[in-house]
Amino acid sequence: MCETCGCTITAGNVHLTRDQHGHDGPVIEVLQDLLAANDRTAEHNRSHFNEHGVFAINLMSSPGAGKTALLEATIDALGDEYRIAVIEGDLETENDAARIRARGVRAVQITTGSACHLDAHLVHQALHELPLHGLDLLFIENVGNLVCPASFDLGQHRNVVLLSVTEGDDKPAKYPVMFRAADLVVLSKADLLDVLDDFDPLRAEAALRALGRDTPVIRAAARRTPALQPWLDWLRRELAQHRKAHNQFAVPATALSGAALLRPARSMVGD
Amino acid sequence: MHELSICQALLTQVEDIARAHAADGVKRIIVEVGPLSGVEPSLLAVAFQLARAGSCAAQAELTCELAPVTVRCTECGAESACAANCLLCTECGGYRTQVISGDELRLLRVELSSADESVRRTAA
Repeated sequence: MCETCGCTITAGNVHLTRDQHGHDGPVIEVLQDLLAANDRTAEHNRSHFNEHGVFAINLMSSPGAGKTALLEATIDALGDEYRIAVIEGDLETENDAARIRARGVRAVQITTGSACHLDAHLVHQALHELPLHGLDLLFIENVGNLVCPASFDLGQHRNVVLLSVTEGDDKPAKYPVMFRAADLVVLSKADLLDVLDDFDPLRAEAALRALGRDTPVIRAAARRTPALQPWLDWLRRELAQHRKAHNQFAVPATALSGAALLRPARSMVGD
Repeated sequence: MHELSICQALLTQVEDIARAHAADGVKRIIVEVGPLSGVEPSLLAVAFQLARAGSCAAQAELTCELAPVTVRCTECGAESACAANCLLCTECGGYRTQVISGDELRLLRVELSSADESVRRTAA
């Protein structure tokens, strides 16, 4: 008897009824995350980072929010303190990697063609060109996009999302998936707040809180070194905590969401 | 549009399952998608039409079951149904909530097409 609907079709008579019956094969219960393959590669990347004591940060924002400028300023400020490398993700050009290399830091450019996000496999390929030995900090600058990159774990330890003050302060409400993934939100180009009267940092923070997150929000201005202090402090603190935890390595907020904790383990069920 | 990448990952999983059960093909694929997964079901459906070509699921139908957004308040314990961009507790108004449903992106079931009874037994 058919296990699914209780009908009496057998291998001997199925050919008589197959077309009319409309139920001609088994139903396989799966319950597997669609991104399981990506997540496995991401864990593999994270293991690489952990083996080498590298703290990896995935930097995300809309295009033009100032990710590369923030990295340039960070390298200038911390280059003597930490050994830094950068993986750059863009649809086309080596421009951003060239800007980073001009600061004396190793950079690998991933050009995604038409793909709107980095995934764990692309980062894994880039790691083949990037010796991790001796590195302290690895920044992965994702493709400028507030939608797609949020869905893909790359193996990073922390997600940092930039929201430039030239954008709308309601961005967290418009892009909840991205801002929920953030471990830190940086209000970039904050030196422009004095001349912009339509961006209210408190409104941006309220929109973030409405996503059920107490993610810290800091201001940064890449062109004004004193205005980088909260960002540099955060980096130093997170790296120190990461190292202190030793074997209990950090994972980004998304990998430990409440739903993931309550849900059964990712496995093939009934197969 | 990352929905095409998602479809390719989906079809890899489906092809593995079809091969493991020696199926002739795939009739129907049922996935669960929550609004907080970052995947838009209507775009997934469009991407699937492109991605399925040439695969064992070339004739398959894709069904998206929508998961509601539900949070549990870590302060008062209440569970609330929410919009994707307002995950506050509806009881106490607190923002310290955990998403307990709404970020799903998973393959639930695959309906295979096969005439072989032994395949049916394997599935059971």
